Amino acid sequence: MKILVPVKRVVDYNVKVRVKADGSGVDLANVKMSMNPFDEIAVEEAVRLKEAGIATEVVAVSCGVAACQETLRTAMAIGADRGILVETDADLQPLAVAKLLKALCDKEQPQLVICGKQAIDDDANQTGQMLAALQNWPQATFASKVVIADGKATVTREIDGGLETLAISLPAVVSTDLRLNEPRYATLPNIMKAKKKPLDTVKPADLGVDVTPRLTTLKVSEPAKRSAGVRVADVADLVNKLKNEAKVI
Amino acid sequence: MAILVIAEHDNAALKAATLNTVAAAQKIGGDIHVLVAGADCAAAAQQAAQLQGVATVKVADAAHYAAQTAENLTALVIAQAAGYSHILAPATTFGKNLAPRVAALLDVAQISEITAVESADTFVRPIYAGNALATVKSADAVKVITVRTTAFDAIGTGGSAPVEAIAPAADTAQSQLQNRELTKSERPELGAAKIIVSGGRGLGSGENYHQLLEPLADKLGAALGASRAAVDAGFVPNDYQVGQTGKIVAPQLYLAIGISGAIQHLAGMKDSKVIVAINKDPDAPIFQIADYGLVADLFEAVPQLAAAVG
Repeated sequence: MKILVPVKRVVDYNVKVRVKADGSGVDLANVKMSMNPFDEIAVEEAVRLKEAGIATEVVAVSCGVAACQETLRTAMAIGADRGILVETDADLQPLAVAKLLKALCDKEQPQLVICGKQAIDDDANQTGQMLAALQNWPQATFASKVVIADGKATVTREIDGGLETLAISLPAVVSTDLRLNEPRYATLPNIMKAKKKPLDTVKPADLGVDVTPRLTTLKVSEPAKRSAGVRVADVADLVNKLKNEAKVI
Repeated sequence: MAILVIAEHDNAALKAATLNTVAAAQKIGGDIHVLVAGADCAAAAQQAAQLQGVATVKVADAAHYAAQTAENLTALVIAQAAGYSHILAPATTFGKNLAPRVAALLDVAQISEITAVESADTFVRPIYAGNALATVKSADAVKVITVRTTAFDAIGTGGSAPVEAIAPAADTAQSQLQNRELTKSERPELGAAKIIVSGGRGLGSGENYHQLLEPLADKLGAALGASRAAVDAGFVPNDYQVGQTGKIVAPQLYLAIGISGAIQHLAGMKDSKVIVAINKDPDAPIFQIADYGLVADLFEAVPQLAAAVG
């Protein structure tokens, strides 16, 4: 079974982003970039399925600028077998990425796509569901446990009220939630090995996909700042303030 | 212009998130139709008919909607989509699972978690965990949107819209629900609670979490929440999590107890009206956004607080 894992290059989760003064976006100059944390969980899950003898090949895919090669190398250092970069400088929105991934799925014929549930830059939470729709495949989003057996996936999902377990036929799309696994640290020998793994580059036009954005960002602004309030002396002071000043209890 | 709101419900009753979603639809303006798809869901449909501003309720009642799978619901929404300029769902795990699937089949963008409506095609949504707000304009004929429920005040009741039965779509049979374990609680739902008592790693264990926070929550009639650290440490189940990847809440009062205030957590609660932080570390980032900060040992302060508010 072949598994395809899409990975996105995003601003590192430890970076506190700043909105540009002209409101055109956030300042990405000289900011540390990393693999989207949810995608790292997806790569780890795919690699574990390979180590368990269930998957035969793990293919990492990234869509974006040339520097996404680094993200693919990271995926290969975790254990992906090869990488495909869909290279473009265009602003890619989830529908366009889903179409690019669909074209690659048609070519690569994976039985399973494991992706992160959302990217921590645009917080869209869409691409996996869109890919499943375009392929007419079942989907299991927000997975905290994945079991593959007898040609189907049994997936435990984190939902608002608790947990639910779905059985879906393969091929399918699974999106990862935080507690699916804890990704390993890539070791130096594996980082070195990853540099020799195959990495193909294609362009959106090669895949016949129009990536024109459907949404235009008119402006990006800072949210209203919340200022620090007061320190209270003790519990009695706190209760007094909540009752008489804030009037919330 | 007509707007289709996809109701979230459990067949017996509407989820509160549906009320906020209808409120967002009213801001867009136009005839509002609510789609209730379920199994034996007449009671939920009746509730939808009573919501203010709703013109029609469409009900698809069939056994294969019982599990609310994205595959079956998408097929139904697509069959009903003609004539609607907007399709809205709440930005809950239900809506986030469904809306992108619908959008992709309509070949339109999906606009996630809107917090404000600027016009019929322009919306505000948070990006980077709420550290920036993007104003986006859609060029698509149909706008498929998920609504951040805390950003829109729930719509009231008092309406009496007609309820129209519609034909269910075929069962896709792509996905079977095997099991659902919902956390049972007498307390209010996190998303709809006026007061939330939330605990973090500072509590030290699940036992401490329950022993210290439950009496306080009971006295205040509050919902219980937790930071990601507390959930990852196994103190409480995942559905307690407040934050960027958990639930986004905005109660009247949010009590953060033993929570340091990681960015991901703040993203989920910083729109609360009043924030109280109790932490023994005076430098904890949570104090930078708290209205009232108490630097104290929570093991002493929380029981005192529970006694004082009773």
